[in-house]
Parts: sequence; C-alpha cells; structure tokens
Amino acid sequence: MTINQLQDEIIEDFAIFDDWFDKYSRIIELGNELPAFPDDKKLPENLIEGCQSKVWIDAHLDDNGHIIFQGDSDAVIVKGILALLLQVVNDHTPKEILDTDLYFINEIGLKEHLSPTRSNGLLAMVKQIKFYAIAFNR
Amino acid sequence: MDILTNIDVIRQDFPILTQRVHNRPLVYLDNAATTQKPWSVIQKIEEGYTKQNANVHRGVHFLSQMATEAHEAARVTVQQFLGAAHAHEIIFTRGTTESINLVAASFGETFLKQGDEVIVSEMEHHSNIVPWQLLQQRKGIIIKVIPFNEAGELDLQAYASLFSDRTKLVAVNHVSNVLGTINPVQQIIQIAHHNNVPVLIDGAQSVPHIAVNVQELDADFYVFSGHKIYGPTGIGVLYGKEKWLDAMVPYQGGGEMIAQVSFEKTTFNELPYKFEAGTPDFIGSTALAEAIRYVQNIGMDQIAAYETYLLNYATDKLQQLGDVRFFGTSSHKSAVISMQVGNIHHYDMGTLLDKLGIALRTGHHCAQPIMQHFGIEGTLRASFALYNTTQEIDALVAGIQRVKQLF
Repeated sequence: MTINQLQDEIIEDFAIFDDWFDKYSRIIELGNELPAFPDDKKLPENLIEGCQSKVWIDAHLDDNGHIIFQGDSDAVIVKGILALLLQVVNDHTPKEILDTDLYFINEIGLKEHLSPTRSNGLLAMVKQIKFYAIAFNR
Repeated sequence: MDILTNIDVIRQDFPILTQRVHNRPLVYLDNAATTQKPWSVIQKIEEGYTKQNANVHRGVHFLSQMATEAHEAARVTVQQFLGAAHAHEIIFTRGTTESINLVAASFGETFLKQGDEVIVSEMEHHSNIVPWQLLQQRKGIIIKVIPFNEAGELDLQAYASLFSDRTKLVAVNHVSNVLGTINPVQQIIQIAHHNNVPVLIDGAQSVPHIAVNVQELDADFYVFSGHKIYGPTGIGVLYGKEKWLDAMVPYQGGGEMIAQVSFEKTTFNELPYKFEAGTPDFIGSTALAEAIRYVQNIGMDQIAAYETYLLNYATDKLQQLGDVRFFGTSSHKSAVISMQVGNIHHYDMGTLLDKLGIALRTGHHCAQPIMQHFGIEGTLRASFALYNTTQEIDALVAGIQRVKQLF
C-alpha cells in the first residue's frame, strides 16, 4: 500500500470513534502493542528529549531499499501516536517518505500532540523520520 | 472573610472559572503556574488604559501626574503588604525571574569575586539556579547546594555546614513549586546572618498563599511575581534592604534610572528608580496593587487556612486511591500536590484529564534537580488557589479513576 492509502485507512479506522475516551483507548492499545524497542538501542543518539516525554527512534535500510523504523516512548499516548506514524512510513523508500505529507494526524484529531508547545518529542520525531529519509536517499 | 461559606461569591469574582473546556466545566488546578484574575484586577487594567494612560514621572500634565501617583501608590501597597520599611525598597520588575537575575547581576557585580560562594537549595526552580550559574561562568563563583530529605524538607544541619569565609549569599525559595514544602526561612536567614551572609528569598509560591513580613523574617531580598497572586503577567517585585540596593551597581541602563547624563560622566538616580530603567509597567503595577487589595480583603490567614483545608482534603482523597505516590510529604506544606498515579506517565494522565476539563501541570516543573533526587522524569501536579473547591477535588479524583480504566 502507498503511504497515502495507509493514512486513509487510519482515518477510516478512527472515524468510528465519536468520543475521546474510545479514541484514546485505541491509541493506548496501539502504544502497548508497539513491538518492543531493544534496550541496547536506547542510545543518546536515538533519543529525542521532549520536556514532557522521551522518544527513541532508530532506522535502517533493508535489502529492498526500504526504511525500517523502530521507536519507543516512555508515555503510552506518545507511543500510540508513534505506532500510527510508523505504520504509515515504515517499509517505504526514502523518496516516498520525503514526498509525504502526514495529513492523517490532523484528520484524526491528534494535531495537538504535534504542537511545538506540547514538547513531547513527537514533532521532533517527525523531523527525525524525514532526516533519516534524506540521509538514506543519498 | 470566611472563604468556605463565601466560596460561591468568591468564584463569581473570577470570570474565567465559568468557562467550559472540552464541553465540561473547567477545573483549574494549575495555580502554581499562574492564577486567574478577579474582575477588580481586570477592571483596573481597563481603567488604566481608558482613564489614566500617560507615561509616569517627569510629566507635568494631568494624566501623567495621575498615572505617576497610581504607580507610586502601588509601590506603597506592595511595601505595606510585605511589611517593608521603605517604599523605595520595592523595585518593580517583570517577575520573580527578572528579580533574581537583577540581584545575581547587580549584587554579583558589586560583591562577588572568583572563588566566592553562593548557597542555593536542591529544591529551587530553575530561575533560582541558572542566574547563579551564569554568574559562575562569568565570574568563577562556586555554587553550594542544600540537600533535602525524602519528605522534601531541607537539611538545615547540612546547610549550616556549607558556610565558609567565602560565602557571600544564600538564595532559597520560601515554598517549593513542586514539593509544596514551606521552608523554615526565618531559621535559614538567622543561620546566614550569624555567618554575616545576606539572604534572598524566592517568594513566588509563598506570597499568594501565606502572610509574609520581610522585616520580621529579616530577609535581605524577597522576590515574587504578580501573576501568581491574581495580578497581571509581566509585573513582579524585588524587595531589597536599602543598604544592599544602595551599594549595588545598576542592572540596566536607560531613562528613569539616571540623575545626570553626559558623555563624560553619568550619575544614577536614587532608589528605587536606579533599578527601573525605561518606562515601567505602570498599568501592571496598579493592577498588582488591586490584586493585593483583593487578597488582603479576604485575609492572608483565611486564605492559608482554606488552602490547607483543600490540601488535606485532596491528599486524603488521593491517598484513598491506593496507588498514588506523593512527592513532598512535609507536615509544613502549601497547597501543592506532586504525584505519580500507578505506572501511568504524567503526560498520559495530564492529556486525558484535560479531556475532562481538568487543568493540571505535568513534567519537571522547571525544577529538574528535584526530579533527579527522586530518580523520576516528572510528576503530575495539582496546585490550589483560594477559589478552588472540594467539589473540584472530587472531580479530579473521579477523573483519575476514569483515566485509570484506560490502562
């Protein structure tokens, strides 16, 4: 699936939640389901320190030239949103990721978590995803 | 005024409290960060701009005289509120942070040399750490730190042992913004004075909640912010004993703070103007005075007693949840509760409580050394003001229970 197809799928999934409680329980569920991030990758160079929470991210290029991201956070909501972001960008080429506009965050009403004032590391993490794509695109 | 029996009337004084957030009644429990404003303060600001706006001092015209009188009357209101000996010992600043920076810069420039020592505590807000670190970089001074125990109380024995013949200043807070501890500042000052060392007290979290008298405390400097005591943002106070302020070099240069200027020699104005370069926030100062009149009208002792009642009620209810860890458990506490609920991250808890209209603060609260002491990243903090109610505490407890269902 293309990145935009994946984004649209998430938007459709989240459309059924008309109440914040259900929406956040889904995000927390996604956070808890995120594959474990190995402790030996919790290195300073993989850490994005927000004022409110921490985010770790690591990436490598697989044999098909696709980027495989792994990430973690100490806050479950942040981890859930991270899971959604990774679901969208994972296993795509650097070029595809660079050409992407991540519109689904706004669409599912989680924009506030990517606000610079939140300082939870997510905004910096989105930038970091793009930096990885730039680096692997060379 | 008894707050408990008048709480409905008091709440009507604060227009923002009737606001709804995420379609729920606002429960505002972030008062240690900033307080809401009563109508009298809001009206004073409006009146300032609609009826008496003109630059203060020097003006010969009617409006300027009026504005000057209001600004200087505000200084006297602050002086009397703090129990200072003279009105010219009250310097208007932008807030606690600027007041501390002023002392660090001017006292530091005048009295501190390389190798001299400043004592702070482990429970300071960053605004009472970083200005001294800047001085450390600039002048090579040494910073010594008073540790606190598990209850969040300063170790006074350790404190007394920190003094040397190079100690030049002690700078500690009266009330911790994270732990809520009301520090024994009178004793702290006595010990310092016994060593011939002056003391700066950061009163940002004390002045809104307990009665303070700088002469009784014998504090050399005492600082606070207007916005934490129901006043406007951007105005704050530095109280300093005349003898120190007179001896200190000016902080910033500009208009107002000078007596004579020529390119050969400039002489400085007398106190307090020496430290008030540029046009002061005269609308802010008069609105701050109005906020002070508001709390005085209720009575600082009434406020302290009511907030203690809220603190005990909240502590009790939160304790009953069974899995709340409290940071700061001194028996001598202001109405601030820092906590961790089970294993739920403070960001998650704060985000979800916000959806219920409950405003709390999460994170390190600009006091990272306290977090390092406990080995944590942050806390969830509820902080109370005179307009909070036990019903709001019930809403908080119910909110926490609701959020816990998600985990």
